[in-house]
Amino acid sequence: MEKIIKGAIAKISGPLVVAEGMTGASMYDVVRVGELGLVGEIIELKGDLASIQVYEETSGLKPKEPVVSTGAPLSVELGPGLIEQFYDGVQRPLALIEQAAQSPFITRGIHVPSLPRDKKWHFKPVVEMGTEVEGGDVLGIVKETVLVDHKIMVPPGVKGKVKEIKEGEFTVEEPIAVIGTENGDVEVAMLQRWPVRLPRPVARRLPPNVPLVTGQRVVDTFFPMARGGAACVPGPFGSGKTVIQHQLAKWADAEIVVYVGCGERGNEMTDVLLEFPELEDPRSGQPLMKRTVLIANTSNMPVAAREASIYTGITIAEYYRDMGYSVALMADSTSRWAEALREIGGRLEEMPGEEGYPAYLGTRLASFYERAGRAICLGKDGREGSISAIGAVSPPGGDLSEPVSQNTLRVTKVFWGLDASLAYQRHFPAINWLLSYSLYAESLGEYWDDRYDGEWSKMRTQAMSLLEEEDRLKEIVRLVGIDALSKEERMILETAKSIREDFLHQNAFHEVDTYASMDKQFKMLKTILYFHELSMDALKKGALLNDILKLEVREKIARMRYVSEDRLEDIDKLEPEIKRQIEGLLPEGGFSDVAAERV
Amino acid sequence: MLLPKEYKTISDLSGPLVVVEKVEDVRYDELVEIELGNGEIRRGRVLEIAKDRALVQIFEGTTGIDVQSTKVRFTGKVLTLPVSKDMLGRIFNGRGEPIDGGAPIIPEKKLDINGYPMNPYSRDYPSEFIQTGISTIDGMNPMVRGQKLPIFSGSGMPHNRIAAQVARQATVLGEHEDFAVVFAAMGITFEEASFFMEDFRRTGSIERTVMFVNLADDPAIERITTPRLALTCAEYLAFEHDYQVLVILTDLTNYCEALREISAARKEVPGRRGYPGYLYTDLATMYERAGRLKGKKGSITQFPILTMPEDDKTHPIPDLTGYITEGQIILSRTLHRKGIYPPVDVLPSLSRLKDKGIGKGKTREDHADLMNQLFAAYARGKEAKELATILGEGALTEEDKAFAKFADEFENTYVRQGEYENRTIEETLEKGWDLLTLIPVSELKRVRDEYIEKYLKPRLEKK
Repeated sequence: MEKIIKGAIAKISGPLVVAEGMTGASMYDVVRVGELGLVGEIIELKGDLASIQVYEETSGLKPKEPVVSTGAPLSVELGPGLIEQFYDGVQRPLALIEQAAQSPFITRGIHVPSLPRDKKWHFKPVVEMGTEVEGGDVLGIVKETVLVDHKIMVPPGVKGKVKEIKEGEFTVEEPIAVIGTENGDVEVAMLQRWPVRLPRPVARRLPPNVPLVTGQRVVDTFFPMARGGAACVPGPFGSGKTVIQHQLAKWADAEIVVYVGCGERGNEMTDVLLEFPELEDPRSGQPLMKRTVLIANTSNMPVAAREASIYTGITIAEYYRDMGYSVALMADSTSRWAEALREIGGRLEEMPGEEGYPAYLGTRLASFYERAGRAICLGKDGREGSISAIGAVSPPGGDLSEPVSQNTLRVTKVFWGLDASLAYQRHFPAINWLLSYSLYAESLGEYWDDRYDGEWSKMRTQAMSLLEEEDRLKEIVRLVGIDALSKEERMILETAKSIREDFLHQNAFHEVDTYASMDKQFKMLKTILYFHELSMDALKKGALLNDILKLEVREKIARMRYVSEDRLEDIDKLEPEIKRQIEGLLPEGGFSDVAAERV
Repeated sequence: MLLPKEYKTISDLSGPLVVVEKVEDVRYDELVEIELGNGEIRRGRVLEIAKDRALVQIFEGTTGIDVQSTKVRFTGKVLTLPVSKDMLGRIFNGRGEPIDGGAPIIPEKKLDINGYPMNPYSRDYPSEFIQTGISTIDGMNPMVRGQKLPIFSGSGMPHNRIAAQVARQATVLGEHEDFAVVFAAMGITFEEASFFMEDFRRTGSIERTVMFVNLADDPAIERITTPRLALTCAEYLAFEHDYQVLVILTDLTNYCEALREISAARKEVPGRRGYPGYLYTDLATMYERAGRLKGKKGSITQFPILTMPEDDKTHPIPDLTGYITEGQIILSRTLHRKGIYPPVDVLPSLSRLKDKGIGKGKTREDHADLMNQLFAAYARGKEAKELATILGEGALTEEDKAFAKFADEFENTYVRQGEYENRTIEETLEKGWDLLTLIPVSELKRVRDEYIEKYLKPRLEKK
C-alpha cells in the first residue's frame, strides 16, 4: 500500500525546496510541492527534512505550503505511443502542455499524461493461452508506426502461465492479458512504468563489434562507431557539435532514435521537430520521425528537469532495446546536464569537487554511458538489442582539461574531437583527424574487410598515414619553405589535401553529399588513393608534378561526392580515366606492372 | 484589503543583501518595498526564504539602510512591468520608470518580468532573412528574424556604431511591417548611451524605439532586471501587437559582473573565475526569449553586445554566450587598426540559422555556395599571407599569391564599407563574385558548376 506523506515547505532557494515533516519518505520519491502541485523529486533526506529538486519554476512559493509525496520514484510511462512524441525532461508531451497552458509559453502546475489515454491500439497476440512466460517474453505486437512493431513484453520479474489473452483494440491502460503467477493473477496492460534511475535488466551483455553506419565519411571510414558503443563529441561552440548530432540522428542505421536536447537552444529543437517529419529514412523511404522520440529541455526550462531528461531518454531507449531494436541515443549536451548537477549540488551546500562540480560527477557520467551496450534481452527468444550512446560535450573555451570532458573520455570508446580552426575554414564535419580516435576501429575493420576483399583496413591506414605525413611536411614548409620538399613529398601534400577536401569534408546541407553509403565511401577513397599511387609512379618515371596537378580528372575526383547513390558506377569509371590521363604524361613506356594490373 | 504587514526586523546587511527575520507568508521571488528612516522607498526581491527568515536583494543598494528605523513591506507580487503601446518612443530607467520627463505610462497590463519559457513545440523556426545592409553580416553571416546573434567585441572597438547601423538599416525584404527597436543599456557610460539616443533621434527611429537605461553609476543590482524589462516589453510588442522587434542589449559583460557581485554576497560556491555556477542557465533565460511563435506575426531578434575581457573568447562570458546564441559576430582588433570599418572578423564569426534564411526565394540561389567559397578562399588567403610574412613572397606558389591578393581585396572592398552605406543583398553578392575572379576557376570547389557558368563566366569574359 502506498502511504501518503504530507509535509510543509521550510525553505526555498531557486529550484531547491526543503520540506519538513517528511519522515517516512524515500530518496528519489516524486513529490508535489505547494498549492500549484509543482513536480519535484527528493534528493536528500536529513531527519524529517527532505531536500527536493523542483522541475518547475518555484517563484511565488512560500513556507508552510504543503508538500505531498506520491510514494513512487520518478518513472516514465512505457508503451505504444512513444514514437513521434516530443517530450520535456520529465516526459510531458510539449504539445499537450501547449493545449493545457493555452499559451505558447510553458506555465506551471500542468499535469498531462505521457501516453495518450483514449487512443485504441490494435493488439495482436503472439503467444497462446496456457503458454509459460517470464519477464521479457513478447506477448503480442502493436503496429506503432509504419516502421515500428511495438512488442508488448511481460514486465521484468513476472513469471507464470498465460491465463487470458485476446486480440483487439485496446487503450494503453486496458488489460490485454492475465498471467497466473505463484502470487496470484497479474493483469498486464500495454502501459508499463519504470523508474528512470534504474537500468532495465538484460539477460547477457555482448561486445560491440557490429558497425553503426552513419553515412558520414569521416566517422564511418576513419573513426567508426559500433552498435552498442559509446561516443563523445567535444568541441568549442561553433564547431558543429549539434550539426553532427543531427546528422547522426538522421542517417545512422539505427531502428529507433532517441534525441535528448538537454539544456540547449529552443530553435534547434524546433528545427528537428520540423525537419524530421520531412526527411526520408534512406532505407525505408518513410519519414524519419516515424522512428524517433524527441526529448527537449531547453536551456531556459527548469534546471532540475534538465537533470532528469537524460535519464528519461535512456530509459525509453532501454525499453526499445528490450524489444530487440538497435537504438541510437543522442544527448546534446552532457555538459549542460553536468551544470544542472553542479547548480543543485551548490544549493544543497555540498562540498564541491573540481571547478565547483559535485564530487560524484564522474560516477554519474560513467553510470549513464554504461547503460549503453549491445545485449541479449530478457525473454526466451534470445533477441539482440543495442543502445549506441552519443554525447556532445561543450567544454568551456574548447579546453578538454575540464572535468566533464575528462570524465567522459574515461568511459567512452570513440572520441570525435572537434576543432575550431577547421570550422573557421568551413571544413565540416570539423572532426580533427589527428586528435580523434575510435577504439572500435580494429574490430570493425575486420567486419568491413570481409565485405571489401580485405582492402578496407589497408586503405584506411594508408589514408591516415598520408594525413600524418602531411602534418609533418607542413611543419617543414612552415620552417623552410615549400622548395625544401621533393616532388614526391609535394605529391603527398596534394593527396592529403584531396583526402581532406574531397573525402573528409562533407556538406550536411547538400542533398546528395549529406549521406554517403559505405560502397560510395569505399569507392571514393579507393579512387583518391589510386590517383596517388599512379602519380607517385609517374613522378619516378619523370613526369612533372605540375602536369599531374593540372590533369582534368582531378576536377572529377573533387566532384565524386556529388555522385548520387544510384550512379556509383560513375566513380568506377574514373580509374581507367586516371590511368589514361597520367599515362599521357609519361615520356614513354607507361606504367610498371603493379599499377597497371589494378585497372 | 488589508495593508501589507511592515517589518522592522532587519538582522543582517551585506552588500546588496538584507536579511529580514520573523516574516510570515512571504513568497519566493516576490517584490519587496523598503522604507528608509528618511522616507525614501527602495525596492528589492526575495532571493531565499528559510522558515521565517527572508533574504532580500535591494535593487538600489543598501547605502543608508539601518537595522532600527528601516521598514520592510512584502508586496505579495513578483516584479512586473506595466506595458502599453505608448512605450514606443520613450526612455525608462533600469526599474522601468520613465526618465525622459514625459507622462507616466498608462498600463494596458502588467507583466511578470521573468516571463515563462517558450514551449519549443510552439516555436516557429526562424527563416526570414533580415537585410542589415552590412556585407559581412548579410553575405557571410546572414541574420534571420527570431535569431539571437551577439557581437563579441573588445574595449575601444566600434561595436556601438555597428549596433546603431543595424538598428537603422535592418529590414525584411519585400515586406512592410511594423518594426520596433527595444534597447537595454546595462552599466554603460552616459556618453555611450547618449550616442545611441542621439543617433535614434537624428534618424527619426526614436519613434519606434523603447529604451531602458541603466548607466555605469546606477545601482549595479538593477542591471539584473534591466534586460528582463526590455525583453518583457519586446515580448509584449512582438506577440500582442505583431511588431518585428530588434532587441539590442549592451553590455552583457556588465550584466554578468553584477550577477557575480550578488553571488559573491550570497557566499555561493563559485564556478569558473568567480562567476556563479548558474551563469549559463541565467544567460539562457534571457537569450532564449528571442524567437518566433507559430500563429503569431511578430518576432524577437536579439543583437546583444558584449566586450570580451582581454579580447579572450574563452572567458566565461563570451564562452557561455556562444553556447546559447545562434552564432556570433566577432570584431577584430587587427582590422580595426588597419582602419577598416566594420572590423568584422568573418572567419570565426558564424550565423547558425543562415541556412534556412538564404537561397532561392529568400536571397538568391547562389548565396550559400558563394558564401562557403568566400570563407574558404579568405581562410586560404590569410594562411598564404602568414606564410609570406615568415618566408617572403618568393616562397608562395602562383595560386597562393592569387589567394593572398584575394584576401587583401576582400578586406578592402567587401568587409570595408561606410557607416551610412546600406548595401542591398544583390550588391553584396555581386561584390563577392567580383572578388572570385581573382582566383583560378579550378580552385572554386564549393560552388556548383551552373553558378560558375551563370555568375562567374560573364565576368571572366569581360576581363
